[in-house]
Amino acid sequence: MGSHFGTFQESYAQDLAIFRTKLHWGVLFVFLVFLFTCPLFFSDRMLTIMTMIGITVISVHGLNILTGYCGQISIGHAGFMAVGGYTSAILCAKLGWPFWVALPCGALSAGIAGLIFGLPSLKIKGFYLIMATIAAQFIIIWTIIQLRSITGGPDGLSVPKPVIGSIVLSSKTNYFYLVMVVTCLATLLAKNIVRTRAGRAFIAIRDNDLAAEVMGISLWSYKLQAFFIGCVYAGVAGSLLIHYYSFASTDQFPFMDSVWYLGMLIVGGMGSTTGAIFGAVSLKLLDELVTMAGPVLSAAVAPQAAASLALISHGLIIIIFLIFEPRGLHHRWEMIKAYFRLWPFSHEE
Amino acid sequence: MTFFLQLVVTGFALGMIYALVAIGFVIILKCSEAFNIAQGHFVLIGGYLGYTFLVTFGLPVWATLLLAILTAVVMGLLIERFALRPLVGQPVLAIIMVTIALATILGGLATLIWGAEYKAYHGLLPTITLKIGAISIPSESLIGLIVSAVTVAILMLFFRYTKIGLAMRATAEDLQVVQSVGIKATTVYAVSWVIACVVGVIGGILLGGVSGANMELAEVGLKAFAVVLLGGVNSIGGAIVAGIILGMLENVAAGYLDPLLPGGGLAKVFPFIVMIIVLIFRPYGLFGLVRIERI
Repeated sequence: MGSHFGTFQESYAQDLAIFRTKLHWGVLFVFLVFLFTCPLFFSDRMLTIMTMIGITVISVHGLNILTGYCGQISIGHAGFMAVGGYTSAILCAKLGWPFWVALPCGALSAGIAGLIFGLPSLKIKGFYLIMATIAAQFIIIWTIIQLRSITGGPDGLSVPKPVIGSIVLSSKTNYFYLVMVVTCLATLLAKNIVRTRAGRAFIAIRDNDLAAEVMGISLWSYKLQAFFIGCVYAGVAGSLLIHYYSFASTDQFPFMDSVWYLGMLIVGGMGSTTGAIFGAVSLKLLDELVTMAGPVLSAAVAPQAAASLALISHGLIIIIFLIFEPRGLHHRWEMIKAYFRLWPFSHEE
Repeated sequence: MTFFLQLVVTGFALGMIYALVAIGFVIILKCSEAFNIAQGHFVLIGGYLGYTFLVTFGLPVWATLLLAILTAVVMGLLIERFALRPLVGQPVLAIIMVTIALATILGGLATLIWGAEYKAYHGLLPTITLKIGAISIPSESLIGLIVSAVTVAILMLFFRYTKIGLAMRATAEDLQVVQSVGIKATTVYAVSWVIACVVGVIGGILLGGVSGANMELAEVGLKAFAVVLLGGVNSIGGAIVAGIILGMLENVAAGYLDPLLPGGGLAKVFPFIVMIIVLIFRPYGLFGLVRIERI
């Protein structure tokens, strides 16, 4: 007697907490300990993969806020990453600014680029907006190539190794820690942004923009806010990517990446922070699998088989998820959790 | 002046091919309200099919066209049945993503089959040379112009006089009415995808005849989007006019501005600049319907 059955929220603060139970906190603790001890028992190759996954997660969080929560579909996300990446690269390489100043400046510039290309979203939506963002991607990359004196054009731009305080982030392990810290902060921020007034306004706009406007939500302000936030995330991811390679090139931000980020959102589940992580992690791992299978396949079938396998598997995964699991991995994850929570009385609640 | 006129004439012929590809897009959009991002990849497949039939198999031009159209019909039916039909009634994003996925798959297949290499079949299409004053019209462009014009004319007649053509126009107007008079919407959707594939493949063979087949043919699809937006997404006539305008503008702009810009390649971004301008100032295009939304 007197013991609780199930979980009870007895105050507003408890109800709103992201981590509500001791189990949640425990899992979080174990996960963080695991994440930050990875360099002890993982190889450099594995760390590289995880760093890339972290950068992708940041970028997909941005796209999730813009597309998953606010409903403004963007297929120019890699373009906005390029703006952020190049800005911080130029600040570091040409002006000698420290890395920790250049990174936020890059993020800010990507946000401003997002505001500019988000302007059409005030008049258009759906397919038209997709076209505008595709145009943004190509115009941004073209502009970067044209501004050869600043950006190095097609030759690219060498960037010095990032320095924070007196630590030079030259090793993979150092950079892994940096990316993971930023990723965790970005995830926490993303989770909380969508729980604010602005986040709820985004959801209202996504579900029915006319109705939202009638309720007094300023479409002008909130759509642009969504573009700004989404692109700031892209900018952070872009500059982390460029500083990782110590080299800036437009090849790091291809159009297909923009498409692929949207694919990650679909696979993970739109409008869910967890979904963004699921999508980014699972598809990046699939990419690695394809990269590993590539040489085998090339030897067995034809030299071009590896490249085509990547394209075909990407396309098939997106189609299969759209048809059979349109709500993404996140939904399936919730179903599994519900099953175990309710077991063996699956019809209760 | 001759240089200018030369650019305009070549641009006109190029624009006609853009218009042809754009029509495929408009037809699908009108009938099933699906935005087909993969339209450019139909062109890509068409370009490579032209190479396979003309060069690898050494077939005559008429047989090439016939076989390519047959392939396109099969491709259209398969795409509609297995990718699009399960998604009828889904939100715009799902449909667009499925066509993007189709585009990647078609790109992957083209890479697998033809190795993503440049395949030239220059001079295999019949040539007609025409000279007006000092302006010479390149023969491949002229062929492109004629075939595009004929295809457009056939499509116009098809929509006017055949039963399925009329059904498609009716579906574009009102799906419920069409279903209540016993027209199968799925047949209409299938036919619209078949037509889109066929015009894409024809456009691909024509462009392949001009510049050879390579992976960049898929970018014609992006140009077709600019055409479609400029003309208004649901207007076939608009697509033709806008295609010709865009073809000419692009050629003239590239001809005069490319020497001035260090990196060049203006022709590549030009459609996107047009796109952004159209989207900001006239989102429904020149001839599109202005949509009034209600809650």
